[in-house]
Amino acid sequence: MTTIPIKKVGQLDIRAATARLRLDRLRILIGPVVLVAVWQIGSATGLIPEQTLAAPSTVISAAGGLIETGRLQEHLLVSLGRAATGLTLGVLIGAVLAIVAGLFRLGEDLIDGPMQILRAIPALALVPLAIVWFGIGEEVKIFLVVFATAFPVYVNTHAAIRGLDPRFGELARTAELGKFALVRKVILPGALPGFFTGLRFATAISWLVLVVSEQINATSGIGYLMTQARSFAQTDIIVVGLVVYGLLGLISDRLVRFTEGRVLPWRRTFEAR
Amino acid sequence: MATDLRSPLNLEAPAAVAVRGLDKSFGKQHVLRGVDLDMAPGEFVALLGRSGSGKSTLLRVLARLDTEYTGEASVPERRAVAFQDARLLPWKRVLDNVLLGQSGKAARERGVDTLAEVGLADKAKAWPHTLSGGEGQRAALARALVREPELLLLDEPFGALDALTRLKMHALLRRLWAVHRPSVLLVTHDVDEAIVLADRVLVLTEGRISLDVGVELPEANPRRSPEFADLRDRLLGELGVSESER
Repeated sequence: MTTIPIKKVGQLDIRAATARLRLDRLRILIGPVVLVAVWQIGSATGLIPEQTLAAPSTVISAAGGLIETGRLQEHLLVSLGRAATGLTLGVLIGAVLAIVAGLFRLGEDLIDGPMQILRAIPALALVPLAIVWFGIGEEVKIFLVVFATAFPVYVNTHAAIRGLDPRFGELARTAELGKFALVRKVILPGALPGFFTGLRFATAISWLVLVVSEQINATSGIGYLMTQARSFAQTDIIVVGLVVYGLLGLISDRLVRFTEGRVLPWRRTFEAR
Repeated sequence: MATDLRSPLNLEAPAAVAVRGLDKSFGKQHVLRGVDLDMAPGEFVALLGRSGSGKSTLLRVLARLDTEYTGEASVPERRAVAFQDARLLPWKRVLDNVLLGQSGKAARERGVDTLAEVGLADKAKAWPHTLSGGEGQRAALARALVREPELLLLDEPFGALDALTRLKMHALLRRLWAVHRPSVLLVTHDVDEAIVLADRVLVLTEGRISLDVGVELPEANPRRSPEFADLRDRLLGELGVSESER
């Protein structure tokens, strides 16, 4: 018998490929590991003074301490709550305005101009005015996040609606779709990819705005934890805060991307694997 | 059967399509100049013309995609259009694309049947971007047929396909037409395609129908018959293709 065991060859190939993939994954870790190692050695030999930057080992024990006393969780929850509230409101406002401006000529005329002008204002430049309006309570932080996140969602969703292939409109006419069906079956699904692009920007921006506003005027939140640590030159806690912010940004972006993949399975993805 | 779309029209003949003195301009450009066209129910007509001759404009008027014209154009209530691009909504699976604008269980069953008819039964749940060019056009044909149209308007539906796929699509279209019997207006620039598919071929030159000729080919080997060659020459001549270019 000289039949070739095709299935076996295929299996072997897959196994080899996964092994290669695993190696590739490991290779990605080399850079960060070297970086942390250099940092640790620098701290241990005194090249990096403690008051400039705490050693990685110190940072880890500081994080452990913060978790043990429950302070990290407490402040993290506050920050998360602010980001979630602000982001939800901002995304909702941005999306609704984009849909109104995208679907109705009157909406476009009334909404788009002001939005394009307001968009030019950096959200953080509003801090003084926001403090005058809301004092230094929760409202300021949430307001700033709302303001900053509404625009990327608005701009991207609006552009997606405007940029829909007019040939689909023609198709809808030949299929005798009603106005409502046109919006539900053609316009909104067609604008979803743009909305998600906006959502990703908005998520990243929400953390950026929160970092700043929590460091300026707050009595809770990760930013407050870091500001407090600054007063006592506790660089280890400051670094913990940085790491937490980084992780939050990373995780929330992954979350949005995961949702995007679930909601838009029809999209051809060109993303490199 | 035929509903008048513009002004009262004398409907003594049971025509599927009746166009009288159709004029259409885009600004200063006079695209259609007094087109008259009658199509019988179930008739397969091909409309040839060079680029810019106004053939797509005429089709768009009949599809009611373009309503700004003068003259009279009466078309059936149930119309369907297939374009050069399959124009499937990327966010709907193939069957849902076919069912666009249709609702109810009966329509759904018809959609499944029609997909099977065009040979895409196993692609009902596929996303459009996974289809090949020919499969996309077949889905577009299914979407048109599921409406059970009295008039089927085809705007160069095979123009973007490779030669082999196009031949298969010709056979499929002929078969579908024989079963469903809609009146068909096929806009194309492919003379061979027009002769092979249609009962009657029209040539549109500078906004007027300059030639209207019935197609009569022998049953056996129509493509190799002298009638085919003669008609082809005549049509190419009408389209302004010189003998050395044929």
